[in-house]
Amino acid sequence: MKVRVLLFAVLRDRAGVAEVSLDLPEGATVAAAAEAVLHRFPDLRGAARSLAYALNRAYCRPDARLKEADEVALIPPVSGG
Amino acid sequence: MQTRPAQLTDRDAWLRLRRARHGDLVALIDFSPWEDALPEFWGDPAAGGIDVFIGTTRAETHADGRELVALDYEAYPEMALSQMRDLARRVRERWPVVRLALLHRVGRVAVGQPSVVVAVASPHRAEAFEACRWLIDTLKAEVPIWKKEVWADGSGTWVEGAVPEARGAGDAG
Repeated sequence: MKVRVLLFAVLRDRAGVAEVSLDLPEGATVAAAAEAVLHRFPDLRGAARSLAYALNRAYCRPDARLKEADEVALIPPVSGG
Repeated sequence: MQTRPAQLTDRDAWLRLRRARHGDLVALIDFSPWEDALPEFWGDPAAGGIDVFIGTTRAETHADGRELVALDYEAYPEMALSQMRDLARRVRERWPVVRLALLHRVGRVAVGQPSVVVAVASPHRAEAFEACRWLIDTLKAEVPIWKKEVWADGSGTWVEGAVPEARGAGDAG
């Protein structure tokens, strides 16, 4: 199944792209999508001290299961305001 | 590349939003002047007080002597807006808010300039102060917006802030 992983801030800067398309097995988790991105862009490991995850624009746990056309985001520690 | 929602650059949509006589003012803004919209926003007869918080870019000198010239703000726009609208809902579970504004700048905000405006109109001042404080504190802890420090030599460093938690649908606000 195809999913998109969005990168922001320090992750986007380090990877050089804002979005990664992945083809993952059915039932793959958000953690698996994140790991696939980190595998493709090793510079991202350690880029942020801790990541949060979002699935279809809401925070989720890394064990959340994905479905076709889902939008995942890797969220570095936020610093608005 | 992601596209940004219309609220960011559509001045006509912005003007319609700020002229609305009812409803909250929640937006990500990347053009100026934007904080000038606020006086049009007031005037609800149910309110006895309005508390306004304005966050600005503070001057800073790096340990190595570099001067800060600006903060560059980036958002996950669709999610930031939906989270901000959810803050507008959650704040009303705790305090009697008549109307509120949550405006956050995206893009470059120079030293001394405003980056975020949180305003709350409520029947009494105690509620307005508390709700406004809660809104800015929670926005800073949860909304997917990031800032990069831009130094005078052109270098930049992303600020590492708060790690948001995944809240379940049944969690208390």
